Amino acid sequence: MQDVKYVKPKTLQEAVSILKDNGPTARVLAGGTDIIVMARERRRDTSLFVDIKAIPEMNGIHLDESTGLTIGAATPLYLCYRDPMMNQRFPSIVDSSSLIGGTAVQGRATLVGNLCNSGPAGDSIPTLMAMEGVAHILGPNGERDVPVVDFCTGPGRNVLELGEIVVNLHFPTPRPNSSGRFLRFIPRNEMDIAVVNCSTNITLDANNVVTHARLAIGAVAATPLFVPAAGEALVGKALTDETIAATANACRDAATPIDDMRGSIRQRKHLAYVLAERTIRDAVHRIRGEHTEWH
Amino acid sequence: MSERMIINTTINGEAMEFMADSRDSLLEALRDRLGLTGAKEGCNNGNCGACTVLMDGRIVNSCCVMVAETEGSEITTVEGLEKDGQLSVIQQSFLEGAALQCGICTPGFLVATTALLDFNPHPTEHEIRYWLAGNLCRCTGYDKIVRSVQDASERLAGVKS
Repeated sequence: MQDVKYVKPKTLQEAVSILKDNGPTARVLAGGTDIIVMARERRRDTSLFVDIKAIPEMNGIHLDESTGLTIGAATPLYLCYRDPMMNQRFPSIVDSSSLIGGTAVQGRATLVGNLCNSGPAGDSIPTLMAMEGVAHILGPNGERDVPVVDFCTGPGRNVLELGEIVVNLHFPTPRPNSSGRFLRFIPRNEMDIAVVNCSTNITLDANNVVTHARLAIGAVAATPLFVPAAGEALVGKALTDETIAATANACRDAATPIDDMRGSIRQRKHLAYVLAERTIRDAVHRIRGEHTEWH
Repeated sequence: MSERMIINTTINGEAMEFMADSRDSLLEALRDRLGLTGAKEGCNNGNCGACTVLMDGRIVNSCCVMVAETEGSEITTVEGLEKDGQLSVIQQSFLEGAALQCGICTPGFLVATTALLDFNPHPTEHEIRYWLAGNLCRCTGYDKIVRSVQDASERLAGVKS
């Protein structure tokens, strides 16, 4: 391990000033499942771990029906997927949370950590996009809110400036008659990086007409990709095989993947289509209260 | 420069105060400072689960926890599973089910299984395999491990002895 010190601030302001005073090698530590490994392997120069888990605003899951859902940056994944409210109201966040890493990783890793790693295949990011997530950021120059769709700027890169920290994620209260679904394709059953992943958030009216739809796909571009055209192909239309196919086509067309050891361009574009279709159908099953497979 | 720190934790039920370095992982502190060599270093990057320990009731990869983070917490390692020389039911099931060959992954599997059966006393095979997905074994092919977890679940429920 590098010559690293450790500090555990108790307030947000303290955390921000420590990060600012110590420069870019001061690293935020929440779950540590990536940053500790990256520091050990010297993939990130690290002089100081700033443990944010003692800061009250960074912890917990809170739903306010009028203002929406807030998830603190230090909240581990297992708290997201074991929460009955989350299972009932935010099932696609539960899907993503229960697919990242194994059980030991889920006990520590966080949604905000996954977002801030900004990996093209990050398994929570398409869901955070589909669910209209907003990152609440605090820094030396004050607060700002950045929609998750604008957060990642490249592989491992994002909008955070020196000294800035994501405090929490905020989501609007789910609309009546809406649901979401996240799926990823990997060649085995668990513990792998997505070949392609996809998340859908859909709202129907009483006549089965789509009133809102948001789809995002991952591992098909330099950043996870929100696909506005996919949702637009559904809104105002009845759910039919044709409208679902048009939406899935929009996802395939938006995908600009690379060939690598995990999958070819052709396979990934095909998977973008298939996963879009499946996540729509599963989300509709959930709206109707029908069973969906766990993974 | 890293710094010396005094850490207070409860390890296997015993309050411990020990000196560590701010760059030590929990795994390094357990093995190199406290002599608790049950948790193994496999990959040292959170993939293999050989270093699994319980931290405040949840399993963690101790290679991916800084020891400084454990101040005030409760840690259970594989050494803490037996009581007064008696193996735990899970340990006994693994032993009788031959759920190990080289044994390097076994401490991690035992700790992870302890947490599983505590949280979910009657897991399905599917739930067992997902829960243990972060623990890799390159010898057994997993079937004997899964069967031993099922056996321990039945024994703990009093279905069989």
